[in-house]
Amino acid sequence: MVVRWIAERAVKWVLIALAFSALASLLLIAVFIFKEGVPFIVRVGLKDFLLSSEWDPQAGRFGVFAMIVASLCVTFGAMIVGAPLGVAGAIFLNEFVSRRITRIVKPAIELLAGIPSVVYGFIGVVAVAPLIREHLGGPGLSLLCASLILGVMVLPTIMSVAADAISSVPNSYREGALALGATRWQSVRMVILKAARSGIVAGVILGLGRAVGETMAVIMVAGNTVQVPGSVLDPVRTLTTNIALEMGHATGLHRQALFATGVVLFVVIMILNALTMAAMKRGHAGK
Amino acid sequence: MKGLKNAEKAMVAAATAAALALTGCGRNQANSITVAGSTAFQPFAEKLADQFMARRPDVRITVQGGGSALGIQTALSGAAQIGMADLVKLPPEAAGLESITVARDGIAVIVNQGNAVSNLATDQVRAVFNGTVANWRNVGGDDRGIRVVSREAGSGTRSSFEDILGGFRLANDAIVQDSNGTIRETVANDRDAVGYLSHGLLTERVKPVSLDGVECKEEEIVAGWYKLVRPVFLLTKGAPSGAAKDFIDFVLSPEGQETIRRNGLLPAR
Repeated sequence: MVVRWIAERAVKWVLIALAFSALASLLLIAVFIFKEGVPFIVRVGLKDFLLSSEWDPQAGRFGVFAMIVASLCVTFGAMIVGAPLGVAGAIFLNEFVSRRITRIVKPAIELLAGIPSVVYGFIGVVAVAPLIREHLGGPGLSLLCASLILGVMVLPTIMSVAADAISSVPNSYREGALALGATRWQSVRMVILKAARSGIVAGVILGLGRAVGETMAVIMVAGNTVQVPGSVLDPVRTLTTNIALEMGHATGLHRQALFATGVVLFVVIMILNALTMAAMKRGHAGK
Repeated sequence: MKGLKNAEKAMVAAATAAALALTGCGRNQANSITVAGSTAFQPFAEKLADQFMARRPDVRITVQGGGSALGIQTALSGAAQIGMADLVKLPPEAAGLESITVARDGIAVIVNQGNAVSNLATDQVRAVFNGTVANWRNVGGDDRGIRVVSREAGSGTRSSFEDILGGFRLANDAIVQDSNGTIRETVANDRDAVGYLSHGLLTERVKPVSLDGVECKEEEIVAGWYKLVRPVFLLTKGAPSGAAKDFIDFVLSPEGQETIRRNGLLPAR
C-alpha cells in the first residue's frame, strides 16, 4: 500500500518536473534573447531601430521596419492563400464526400506537412518563381512567391485541425438543419461553420504561427531585399530570414542587432497570438 | 511559437560548438586539430585533411564551416587551432592572429547565358551593382532592366568583391542569396540578372563576363591580370606549432597545392 502511494507520488512529481522543463526552456530562450538584444535596442534607440528601413550592418545602420512589414505581409499573404483552401477542403471532406474518400484524401494532405521546408523552397525557386517572372514580371523571387509557397505549407495544419473541428459537430445539428428545410450548403454555412468556429480559428492560428516562423523556404523564394514592398512582385526580407542569413557572419554589434531582431520577432508573435486569441474569445461570446 | 526555432537552433549550435571544443581539449590536444571558418574553403580543407590523415594516422582533424567571421572568432578564442578566412582585408580583431595565404580565389561576375554583354569595365561593374546603371542598354546589352543579385552582408565573397572594387554601396533593391549555388541558379534562370561567385564554382549554366577585357580564367588570374582575386588565409593564434604546423606545411606543399588546384581554387604562389 505504502509502496503504491510512494510510486504514485513519484510519478506525479516526475511528470510535474517534465511539464515544467518545457516551460523552463521557453523561459531560458526568452531570457537569452532579451539579454542579448535589449541592450542593443537601448543603445541604438527604439525609434531608430523599429522605424528605420535602412539595414546596413557594415555602415552601422540597423533599421528593421521593412522586415517587420515584410513578415506581416508574407504571413498575411500565406493566410489569404492557405486559410480559404484549408477551410474549404475541411468542409468538403466532412460534408460533401463519403467517408471512404475522406480516409484516402485527408492523410494524403497531411503528408504535405511532412515535406521538409527546403523542398518547398526548391520548388518555389525552380517552378513558381520563373512562372511569376514570365507572366507577371518582376524578379520572380518575391512577396507573392513566398506567400504562395507558405500558403501551401500551412494548408495541412489548417485543414486537419479544421476538419477535426467540423467532424466533431454532433450529427443532430446537421439533421436538425436539414429537417428545417435547409439545403446542404445552408446547413454548412449557418450551422456547422458556426458550431465549429473555435476549432477552425485554432487551425488558422496554428497555421499563422508556422507562417511567421518559417525561415528556410522563405530565404529561398523571397529574394531577401531589405525594402518595404511596393507591390506583391517585389522581393522582401522577413525577420526570420534576416537572422538566418547573417548569423553566420555576424560579430559584435551586428550579432547583437540580430538578437534584437529576434526580440522583435518574439514580440510580433506574442501580439499576433494575443490578437487571434482575443478574436476567438469574441467569437465564443457572440455565439 | 515557431519563431523561437531559430534562436533555439542558434543555441543548439552554440552548445554543440562548446561541446566540440571541450571534447577537443579533453583528447590529446597536440594530435587533434579543429579547423573552422570559411564555407568556400571548407570542402578543400576537408579533402586536404583526409589526405593528411592518411599519412599521419596519429592526427585527427575536424573541419567545420560557419563562415570567415567564425573562423576568426574561433581561432582567437582557441576553440579551433586553425581558422579559415577568405577576405581581402582581415578585420581589425584578426590583427593578433598569424595569417598564412594558402590559396587564391577569383571572383567571377556572371550574367545569364542569353545576355549579349560579355565584357564590362570596372567602372561599369561598380555602376551596375550600386544601381546607378539600371538598364543593360547602357552597358552594351539589350533594352532590359538589370537585376542585381548579391551575397548577404558579412559574406567573405561579398566583402572581398566590394573591397576590391572599392567605394560603392550595393543597390537597395538587389536580391540577396545566401550561397554561391543559389546565386548561380538565380542568374541561370533570369535573363536580366547579374551576380558574382567564386571562380571555382563556375559552370556552363552561367556566363562569366570579362573585366576590362580580361577573362576570368585560371591563366589570367595566376598571371595577375584579372583584378577580382582574394586570398584564402589559414589563421593561427601565435606561430603554428605541432600538428597544426604540420598540417599547414602539408597544405603549402606541392601535393597540397595540387589538390587545391585540381578542385578549382588557385595555388598560393
